[in-house]
This record gives sequence, structure tokens and C-alpha cells, in this order.
Amino acid sequence: MTSYRLPKGGLIDRQSRLGFSFDGQSVTGHAGDTLASALLANGRQLVGRSFKYHRPRGILTAGAAEPNALMTIGSGGRTEANTRATMQDLYDGLEARSQNRWPSLDFDIGSLNGLLSPFLAAGFYYKTFMWPAKLWEGLYEPFIRRAAGLGKATYEADPDRYEKRWAHCDLLVIGAGPAGLAAALSAGRAGARVIILDEHSLAGGSLLSEAATIGGESAPAFAKRLADELETLPNVRVLTRTTAFGWYDGNVVGAVERAQKHVRHPDPNKPVERMWRIVAKKALLATGTEERPLVFGGNDIPGVMIAGAMRCYLNRFAVAPGQRTAIFTTNDSGYALARDLEAAGVQLTAIIDSRAESQFVYTGKARLLKGAVVSDAKGGKALSSVNVTAANGATEAIAVDALAMSGGFSPIIHLACHRGGKPQWSDVHGAFMAPSETRGLVLAGAVTGTTGLSASFAEGAARGATMAQDLGFAAQPFDAGPVDGDIVASPASPLWNIRGVKGKAFVDFQNDVGRKDLGLAVQEGYGDVELAKRYTTSGMATDQGKLSNVTAIGLLAEARGVSPAEVGTTTFRPFYTPISFGALTGPHHGHHFQPVRKSPLHDWAKKHGAVFVETGLWYRSSWFPRAGETSWRQSVDREVLNVRTNVGICDVSMLGKIEVCGKDAAEFLNRVYSNAFLKLPVGKARYGLMLREDGFIYDDGTTSRLADDRFFMTTTTAYAAGVMTHLEFCAQGLWPELDVRLASVTDQWGQMSVVGPKARATLQAIVDGDISDTAFPFLAAKEVSLFGGRLHGRLFRISFSGELAYELAVPAGYCESVADGVLQAGKEHGIQPYGVEALSVLRIEKGHVTHNEINGTVIPSDLGFAKMVSTAKPDFIGKAMLGREGLVAQDRPSLVGVVPLDPTTTFRTGSHILAKGAAQTLENDQGYVSSSAFSPHVGSTIGLALVKSGHARHGEEVVVWNGLSKEFTVARLCNPVFFDPANEKLHV
Amino acid sequence: MASLIPCPHCGSRPKEEFTVKGAALARPAPDAGTAAWIDYVYLRDNPRGAYEEYWHHTSGCRRWLVVSRNTATHEISGSRDVVLKLSAEAL
Ligand SMILES: [Zn+2]
Repeated sequence: MTSYRLPKGGLIDRQSRLGFSFDGQSVTGHAGDTLASALLANGRQLVGRSFKYHRPRGILTAGAAEPNALMTIGSGGRTEANTRATMQDLYDGLEARSQNRWPSLDFDIGSLNGLLSPFLAAGFYYKTFMWPAKLWEGLYEPFIRRAAGLGKATYEADPDRYEKRWAHCDLLVIGAGPAGLAAALSAGRAGARVIILDEHSLAGGSLLSEAATIGGESAPAFAKRLADELETLPNVRVLTRTTAFGWYDGNVVGAVERAQKHVRHPDPNKPVERMWRIVAKKALLATGTEERPLVFGGNDIPGVMIAGAMRCYLNRFAVAPGQRTAIFTTNDSGYALARDLEAAGVQLTAIIDSRAESQFVYTGKARLLKGAVVSDAKGGKALSSVNVTAANGATEAIAVDALAMSGGFSPIIHLACHRGGKPQWSDVHGAFMAPSETRGLVLAGAVTGTTGLSASFAEGAARGATMAQDLGFAAQPFDAGPVDGDIVASPASPLWNIRGVKGKAFVDFQNDVGRKDLGLAVQEGYGDVELAKRYTTSGMATDQGKLSNVTAIGLLAEARGVSPAEVGTTTFRPFYTPISFGALTGPHHGHHFQPVRKSPLHDWAKKHGAVFVETGLWYRSSWFPRAGETSWRQSVDREVLNVRTNVGICDVSMLGKIEVCGKDAAEFLNRVYSNAFLKLPVGKARYGLMLREDGFIYDDGTTSRLADDRFFMTTTTAYAAGVMTHLEFCAQGLWPELDVRLASVTDQWGQMSVVGPKARATLQAIVDGDISDTAFPFLAAKEVSLFGGRLHGRLFRISFSGELAYELAVPAGYCESVADGVLQAGKEHGIQPYGVEALSVLRIEKGHVTHNEINGTVIPSDLGFAKMVSTAKPDFIGKAMLGREGLVAQDRPSLVGVVPLDPTTTFRTGSHILAKGAAQTLENDQGYVSSSAFSPHVGSTIGLALVKSGHARHGEEVVVWNGLSKEFTVARLCNPVFFDPANEKLHV
Repeated sequence: MASLIPCPHCGSRPKEEFTVKGAALARPAPDAGTAAWIDYVYLRDNPRGAYEEYWHHTSGCRRWLVVSRNTATHEISGSRDVVLKLSAEAL
């Protein structure tokens, strides 16, 4: 036990007692603790194993940059891997498990990797596992993954709710530290709509860890008073546990609020996380700084901690870091920690200040070693001593169990760089500063390099007031009052390379990248910052190098003998911290991601025993099995034969339906279809081909003229939405002078096909008017009265099967009863419902195409539709490009039928067509089978295929080759119309 | 990820409501010749900076718009209904 809870102090509720578990052990903490502070209070410093070498690791920070204390939280569907213990609020019942160790944290076999470390240096993945490449999948990758795993995600569904929302404000303040609070109050008091957010559970930022007083009040109490006032202002929203993860165009900031990640039993009616998109007229970045580690040997041993983090645990959580502590600092901030440790009665053994001279006058009891450095820390799972190299080169070992380090401060400028601005190196600040150009985003406080509380309050207040004034609010800068006891750490020179280092000195703790690795990268020619990053993997872990990038750049700069300004930084991109998939997904999962579309005949089909298939969003009836049928083929064959012999009814409601109205509707259709529509008579339907501007077929369907200025268009199911959007583009963008209006009516009309030799007899029983061939010939399309005038519908004599066929459209709500009426009327004629499988067999038998054939690479003549390309029309979509060389070539693939020579053999859709006797290789490919089915009419498998010059090759013997399963079938090319090529049945 | 598109009819709306079609080009005359049509159908400038694009307010008013977007910053400088013709720049 080294770290421990102090008897008093801290922002914790000592009355509360929260039980939690760590690797199965029961531990307790208090409300106000983070998981990290509670573990430290219990003397638990070893909390994880490192990624590559499996070295014991402790808690390094108290914030979002934590690279070591990554844990798996929760169980079942709530398992969350790689949670930073420093950001996780403690709750009663929390279950935490360490990661990347086997069999246990204390005894980890993977730590043997440390002995192999000469082989695991930078670039080892590339060098060691380069060859032979085929061993990657089976051997190297599983080995690396097992050895270098982070936490494991669960396969169970997440039981919790997530939500997304927008917010709009005058001023968004990112970071509720001294500058942020002052800015929010200055603008908020004047009535501006302010949102202030902070990633921690409490507003206050550095004030929560501060021992200074403000106007005589303790810093945390002062912060609470400010936050409380903000909460009372109706125009201000305070979001805690909320991380701004990205800054986007339009001054939109993305943020995730962890609304219920700190409770044991989330309220099921509220989200656990909420994704905010905040549109800010003005935004203020007050994110403070990240304190940098120092790169000495063993700087990763549990017990070594960032100085500011140690101060946070001490002051905010009342946790003493150890029994004998030391501070290794490059700047004055170490003295603030020294003062606070000594005030809390924690033994401070030594302060090692790398500077030979400093202005600060230390008056405490600890030894002060000026101009000295810690070269190495010693210890295994816990720190035991440090080796100090004095200014004169003398070394000594000092026994300590906790060491704070401060390598200077890097402003947290990530968001300011998300829109392309490049960070600027400042020798004065010894850090990268925000880009000079940050449209709409203003910075205040430590993130600008400002030091000290007074200056941060003043800067935040001034910026907040100015921005509010710019928006027309009479804002005054908030006055924080006098600050007492603040140790202001003015910038100091960075210390990149430390003399006398012997042990492993880490730069990127999470990816186990050491000082030597960066040196090696430079040596081997990968000194460019982007190359070094990838070669060493520095900055590529889940923390994205928050703690390590600047140090890595400093070391690269020294190795190359240039300024960090010349090395530059890698690109900052969202997200600032890892964001859960839940937050990104929000409510859009399952049926909220892919809703189910049901036809108005869905329940009717279900009632009649349909088996459904998902096609896109739609559920379509595939077939209607009957008693005794044991395979789908039996049902489908029966349905097909029944249509060809008697009559069948099929749901075609999912076809896209669009009403095209206006006095120029005919002219409009004439321009969007390749064939003529201008003179389509009222009461007639016509099959139309719609092309894309590049000449290829886009979609097909029938369009009927109901009146001079009213058409009813059908589209394929899959392209319904696309065709609507396309028509809108044509109407609005290409020919706005045409008087045409479009309305999607897919959902308003239910539609059923009634098909077969007895279709007329069936329908005549419910249609009031005469539908004989004379009165209602092929392609007639008219409004009809049904059931003695009780209902009106639209009847179309069109056929997809080659049979006498009608499509009947009725208002969707009447669909089910009409379909039952049709079944009733057709009973004596042997009517049966049929599904899309039979529909498909019938259309393949008739040689009709669908999007199997209209695959984006075919033009009308490829499908035998050359006559549907009008030569008389001056213009239609696709006309100009149809004459291109490739589109008039003689050997273009064209539609052809294909049948096996031996009717007992078969082939599959997608199989390739090879010339007879040709070797079975793709080089000999002549085309492919686009649709196939067993045809009860033909008595064998039949197919439609797109084959080179196919139209001219009827009768040719070919091989249908399935290269995937190495099967082939001898077959013959033929007319694609297998059923009634003379179209006699259509006109009966 | 977060952009808002200003619709002249509906105001500023989340980009998820829109569908982008690409460069806002004027359709050539039917007899403009192969070169003009190849240009219209296939060739794009892909500039860094200001760009005019067709956007459809699919989940809103269903009007087609010409949106002026900076391809480097995604900043949108304006939008107008497609009937208000293309700017001289796009033509
Ligand atoms: Zn709109």
C-alpha cells in the first residue's frame, strides 16, 4: 500500500460508501470519486499492462489523456472496453476489469515480451512479419492480436438508449475552467443564450484541484458558486460529463454527453449517452493545457504520475500518492504540488528541478536539487527509487514510492485545428499553439498560453463579454475578485532528452513507444513526423497521442537537429476522444435503421399462408405453400402452372407509383422516356424505358394516360424513390418551363395482378363495366367501378407473364377486401394466390427483363428494345450519348435465352457463358446468366443471359460455367421468349 | 459530419435531409455535339475551393437547389432554388 486516502479534505462525500469491484476484488470509494481516485485511495496503483511489452502500468493522469488506466467496465450488453478509469465516475456496484493481461494483472505471461524487446522495436511489424506474406493471416496476426489486445467488445446487444439532438446558441463555451466560467457568466448575465460544457462531472476545471483562494473563498467553492449561478439562468445550459469532440463547418460543434454512464441502473426512459450537435453563433475554446510527461528510464512504473494529476488526486480527491514522494519538474508548477503535498502532511523527499536557475523561492522542507534530472526510476510493479543525475554529473539514488513529473504544458488546441488550421510552434511557450486563423472560434485561458488564475479569469471574462456585445447584448466582463496563493508557472524551456537514461524511457505509453524507437525512425530515414508516427506507431493508440505527440516531436526535432516548428505536427481530426458506436448510432438501429415496409396486402397474404422474403425494405410474399408441399419448388411450380392453366392473383403494390399531372405532362414524359409518349391515347397504357444521360437504361415500367393532363406511372420497386427524385430534377432543373406536377402515390394505391386464361371471367364478376377484349383490349387503362359501384379503382390490361392479365389498383385501405373479393369471384375458376417466385418464373418464361438485366451497363438495343428509342423526338434523357462508339458496337452483350441440352441438368444465375470447346477461363468469357429458374412450361431450367452478339447466336451450343463451384452445363442459346413468342395469349 | 444546408424554402436544415447530385452543370442542347455531352456527363473539374452543386431537399420541400460549397472547408456560402438558373461561373 503506497497511495492512500487522507483523513480530510477533497470534494468527496465521506458519508457515502460505494462498493465496487476491480478484477473481482471488492473495494469501496465515495461519491465524488472517479474509478481512478478510488483505486488510488485503496492503494491500488498497478491497474494495467502495457500494449507491447506488457509492463506493469499505473494511473498516470487524472483526465481524458490517460494512456494506462484503460479498463473494461460493466457486464453483459453493457460491457464497455477501454474505459479510462480517470474519466469514469464511481458508482455503487461498478464492475471494472483490467485488460491486456493473462492470466492475471499481477502475474502476466506476456511481460516476457519485455525480454524480447530488442525484436519488438519500432518497425518490428514490418521487418519481422514481412515475409512470407501468407503467414500473416494464420500466424502473425493472431499472435500479435492476442499479445497486444485492448479490451474486448461484447457480442451482446446494448440494452441502453442513445439519442441525438441539435442545439442552437449565441455562445458555446468549451471547458468550464476559470476562463470558461468567467466567459459564460459574462455573456449569460447579459441574456445571451449560452451553452457551457465540460468533460468532467463537475464544472470548475483546474479550480477543483486548486489550493488558491478567490475573494477569500476556496477555489472549488468559488467554482461551484459560479456554476450554480449559471444553472439558475434560464438562457444558460450547463452540460457536464460532456466532451466536445469536433469542430465543424458552420461553427457546429459535436459533443457527447455521458448522461447515465455514472449510474448503476440507467433509467430506461432516458438515454445513457446523448450526441449533441451545437450550432454556435460564437464559440469559445477554454480547454486549458495538457501537462507533458518526462522521458526518463522507467517513467512508466506505477507510482510515477503527472504532477498536475497528483495535485488533483491530492486536493480534489484527498488521495496521497505515497509515503515518500518526489517531484521532477522543468517549471514552477512543481512547486505548487510541493506546497500542497507538504500542507497535507505527505512526506516530500526531494524536488528535482531541471533548471539551474529559477525565480521561484521554495521555502518548504524537501531537498531541492537544481539543475538535476531523474535519469531512471526503479521498481517493478511499484516505484522504489529514482536515480538522480546532478548538474555536475554525480548520480545518487533516492528512495521514493511516488514521483510527480512535469515536462511543461501543451495547450489543448485539438478542436481549433479540426477545420484544417495548422498548429504553430512557439519557442516562448515551449509548445504548439492554436492556428492563427480560427474562424468563429475564440480562445481564452491557459489554452492561449495565459498563465495564472487571475489572468485566465480576466481573459475569459473579456472574451465572453466581447462576443456577447458583438451579438448585441449589453455584457460586462465578470470580475472574479482577488486571487490569493496562486503559484503561476510561467513557461519554461522544454526538456526532451534527459541525460544519463539507462532503462526504457517511454514517450507513447499506450503504444509502448520509447525514446529509442524515435531515434531509430530518424536513423532509418523515417524522421518526417507523419512517417515516424506510422513507423513507430507513436500517437496511434486510442489516446491519439494526447500525452505523447508533442514530446515525440521534440525528440524527433532534437534527433534531426531542427526546431519542432520544422518537424510540425500530424493532422488533428475529430474525434477528440473515442466516441461510442452507441452515441454515433443514436436511436437508428434495428427497425429504426431499416424500417419494414409492408404492402397493404401484407396481412391478406399472411392470412393465406404466404412465406415472406425481405427485398430492400419491403416484405414480399414469396410463395403460398399448401398442405402436403414439402419444398418451395413444389409450391412455386404449382402456382406457375395454375396461372398458365386457370388464374392467379399476386400482390404488386410495392411497384413505385407516380402521378404526373399538368398540361405539359405528356411532353414531359416524352422527354424522360426514350420511346414516344406524346400521343399516347387517353385510356391506354404503354411500356416505357427511362435512360440515364449516359445512354444506359435507368428504369422501366408502364405509364397510363388517365386524362389529357394526367398520367399514372409505375416504376420498379427498387427504383421508386430514385425515379421520383430524377423526375423532380428534370421538372425543376431541366425544364422548369413545362407545366408538370409530380406526386408519389405508391402508398396510396394497393395493386394486384390477376393473371391467367380465366382472369377476365374472374374480374368480370366484380368489375361493373364490360371488360371483354373489344371493350377492354390489351393495354387498356381505365378507371372502373367495382362491386356495383361501391368502389372505384383503376384497371390496366398489362401482362408480365404473357398471359391474359390485368392489374387492378384500389385505394390502399380497400385492398385486402378487394383481394378477397377477387379470390371469391375466381373460386370457380380455380384461382390461387401466387408470390414473387412464381411471378419471376412467369416473367423469365416470357423473356421479360427486370433489374437483373437492367444492370446499369445495358442500352435499349441490348435488350431487344431498339425500336423503343425514338428517332423522331428532338430530345430525351440519354439520347445524345446513345450514338457513342462503344454503344453501337456489334458485339455488345445482348439478351438471349439459354437452356440446358439435357433437361435434367441445370445451371445457376451468375454463371458464365463460354463458347463450345473453349477452355474454362475468364478470358473466354462470353457473357453471363442474368436470370434463371426452373420452368414448368419448358420442363427444365431456363435462363436469360447477356451474351456477346447474343441476338445473332440463337441455336448455338455453349457451355454455362460456374467457376466458383467448378461446375459446367452444356446448353444452347435461344430466343429469350420461351412462352408464346407470337403474343397470341395477350390478346385473347 | 455536422453541416447545415440553407434551403431557400425551409431555412437551415441538417444535411441528412438532403441528397447531393454533384456539380451544378447546365444541360447541353441536344445537338451540342459529342464533346459537350462527354463534358457534361463525365468530366468534372474537382476544384479546391468554391463549387456549385445540385442538392435535393429530399426529406423537406423536395426542391432541387444549387448550393455553393467550399470543397476544402465545406463552408456553404449560399443556396438558391434550381429554377433561378446557374451562376455565370458554373455555366
Ligand atoms: Zn427545403
